[in-house]
Amino acid sequence: MDSVLSEDPVALKILIAGGFGVGKTTLVGSISEIRPLRTEEVLSDRGVGVDDLDGVEAKTTTTVAMDFGRITIREGLVVYLFGTPGQERFWFMWDELSYGALGAVVIADTRRLTDCFPSVDYFEQRGTPFVVAVNCFDDAEQHSVEDVRIALDLDPDVPVMLCDVRRRNSAKEVMITLVEHSLRTLTTTG
Amino acid sequence: MSDTPQWLDEDAGPIVRPYALIRGRTRSSGDNLDLVATVRAVGEAPGSLSPEQSLILRAARNPISVADVAVELDLPVGVVRVLLGDLRDQGLISVSAPSAAGSRPSEGILKEVINGLRAL
Repeated sequence: MDSVLSEDPVALKILIAGGFGVGKTTLVGSISEIRPLRTEEVLSDRGVGVDDLDGVEAKTTTTVAMDFGRITIREGLVVYLFGTPGQERFWFMWDELSYGALGAVVIADTRRLTDCFPSVDYFEQRGTPFVVAVNCFDDAEQHSVEDVRIALDLDPDVPVMLCDVRRRNSAKEVMITLVEHSLRTLTTTG
Repeated sequence: MSDTPQWLDEDAGPIVRPYALIRGRTRSSGDNLDLVATVRAVGEAPGSLSPEQSLILRAARNPISVADVAVELDLPVGVVRVLLGDLRDQGLISVSAPSAAGSRPSEGILKEVINGLRAL
């Protein structure tokens, strides 16, 4: 309040992606103060048949809640986390979210690995640096990171790691791995 | 506490639909505001502002991101963008893009982030 006009804060954006119920919300909550961000969007044709619109035919917009977290590194340097909406029909929002993003975490569940294929494809195509974090659910058979790398057909430089998104330290490790990966991408591509 | 069930406050649903706040418009000069763009109140606020606009100006006394404004006001991002676009057109807020034209942050910033995350 009493400071002179400070420099504009630096805001960095990190996306948290992955299939429905894979632990995106938990990850954001483990490492930051989570706040619900509402977006109200026009229902596309693709939404029809998913949402039961009987009796509410006039409804053309729907509210989408996104997980939104904030980590303050220091005054004037903030990292924002955005959980991407899981359903494919909200993909138009991804373009906006991924614009200028520092990178993305793709959370994978080995019991339904195919759920994260679309996210991996998306970030590969956009050239957004990403890491794959395999969330170790208690009742899931453990797979090695190499198995996951092969199954996802990942480039050798994409980090793959096991994690438990409920644990703060594990979530921290995932975020650090991503930023380090982004840094490498930045320095190798100029 | 009364015995008869009543719908109070949020239970009754919003009294004013979000888009009524912006007179049904879904487009304004604020369309392209990045979610993490920083807004800051500038200039002298006139007395003729809507309650929501006043709330935004109050929230933006210190620099604040577009996403944080939406959370603070508990309004959808689309609505907040329209309100912010209007305020910017009136010269009441300044907006700065998160980083120049989506360019990547510097190496120094990223190292600072890594150290900051380690220290969490």
